[in-house]
Amino acid sequence: MKTAVPALPRRIAATLALPVALIATWWFTSAHSQNFYFPPLRTIVETFGKLWFSSQAMQNVVPSLVRFSVGYLAAAVLGIAIGIPVGTSRNLRNVLEPVLEFLRAVPPPVLVPVLILFAGLGNEMKALVIVSGCIWPVLLNTVAGVRALDEVLAEVVRSYRIGPFTRFWHFILPGASPQIFTGLRQSLSIGLILMVISEMFAASDGIGFALVQYQRSFAIPEMWSGIILLGIIGIVLSLIFRAFEAWILGWYHGLRQSQRAN
Amino acid sequence: MSAPTTSVRARTSARTIVWLQGLAGLAGFAALLEIVPRIGLVSPLYLPPFSTIMVALYKEMMTAEFWTALGDTLEAWAIGLVISVIAGVVIGIVIGSSQVVRTLTHSTIEFLRPIPSVALIPLAVLLFGSQIQSTLILVVYASFWQVLIQVLYGVQDVDPVARETARSYGLGTWAQIRYVTWPTTLPYLMTGVRLAAAVALILAITSEVAIDTQGLGKEISDTESGGAVAAMYAYLIVAGIIGVIVNLGARTLERRVLAWHPSMRLDSVEARA
Repeated sequence: MKTAVPALPRRIAATLALPVALIATWWFTSAHSQNFYFPPLRTIVETFGKLWFSSQAMQNVVPSLVRFSVGYLAAAVLGIAIGIPVGTSRNLRNVLEPVLEFLRAVPPPVLVPVLILFAGLGNEMKALVIVSGCIWPVLLNTVAGVRALDEVLAEVVRSYRIGPFTRFWHFILPGASPQIFTGLRQSLSIGLILMVISEMFAASDGIGFALVQYQRSFAIPEMWSGIILLGIIGIVLSLIFRAFEAWILGWYHGLRQSQRAN
Repeated sequence: MSAPTTSVRARTSARTIVWLQGLAGLAGFAALLEIVPRIGLVSPLYLPPFSTIMVALYKEMMTAEFWTALGDTLEAWAIGLVISVIAGVVIGIVIGSSQVVRTLTHSTIEFLRPIPSVALIPLAVLLFGSQIQSTLILVVYASFWQVLIQVLYGVQDVDPVARETARSYGLGTWAQIRYVTWPTTLPYLMTGVRLAAAVALILAITSEVAIDTQGLGKEISDTESGGAVAAMYAYLIVAGIIGVIVNLGARTLERRVLAWHPSMRLDSVEARA
């Protein structure tokens, strides 16, 4: 009865209204800003265009994204690969759980100094930092997911003597996947943090490196544009992740919805 | 009579076995850290044997510096967490109580949330240098969203019948928040607090490593650049132990509040009846 205004345009308007209002407020209140630290948004946007759409900028953006992807994917694969045996065997789980809880609780950025010792200042160090921070949420969530697998299904799989590969591919992995995705989502933001931190520490390129350079040389509009760039990267990564999750876990969300409807 | 006692005994002994297995795991991990550098698999310069790290930890614990650093980290963590929880609850309830506000703010929240808080490091350094405010900016930005999102879920979960009953009985806005919204939101809020507590600690120590604000993180980077590798690992272990304590503490708090929550409601219903 209330849908006098068509639903879709109204939704678009609701989505855009506040962001547009906020950006407009920032734009106009900062337009004549004399404050050194808060330059006009106009200047920031102009700097952004000049800075990050040039070949020089690509020299900073590409290495960062490569490090992030390599580290994140390696952590995902390792976390799942270790998590499944640990989750399957109760004894292994009991033995390893306290150690894993401890390792997870170590705040990942403190590993930067440690890994500098081991791997120097190169790309390996940065990828390793990201792996060593991202692996724990994936690993622990995989363990929890495998542990919570449907027991009846597990017995069916056992009674039918289904081989290890089929068991893994068609039972364990899909069964644990909702929980695994929870871990992957947590790792996403940790990985991004570690990418920036490791580059701030010791690097000759990368977004984190550029950001620190701008800050040290008091290039404020450039610094702000770097902050905005990181924000955009964070948003884009989470959108990609959500699309990927919707694709892989579509069956699960559908199942949940139909269960709720009943 | 005998059946329950044996099952209780069986359960306690099973729990003891799990405890022993966990202890064995930790002991094995320590032994690994001892053996790997001793047999030269990894240079002891990079990873000193576990016993050396423990000696360094003992020495550090005898210094006043250690306790100040620990106190500084915990202070920044606690202040940041309290600010984000209060802000998250207040803003969450305000936004969540109105369908219109919720729809309008949804996209903005979803856009701001994934921005990594470390992006704010340069700004924090320029504004506050290596003072505690820099740490607080990062801690609050990172943990605020955890609380806010959970509170929003919680407020949305309020039973419509309960809400309408409250309205028909003429409860004011405050009374509605206090007696209808708050009890429903509490379990969600506790989840948010648990997540926020862990994130806040990560960001507190991150900012100490990256901006050199006082605390455990600064000790870690200082000992590393000073070549005191064993002391660096000692601080790292302390950071890990604090992380475990924070996680366990948050989980215990959550369990307490969740256990208390339905029983408390039952009590109040009985008391009024």
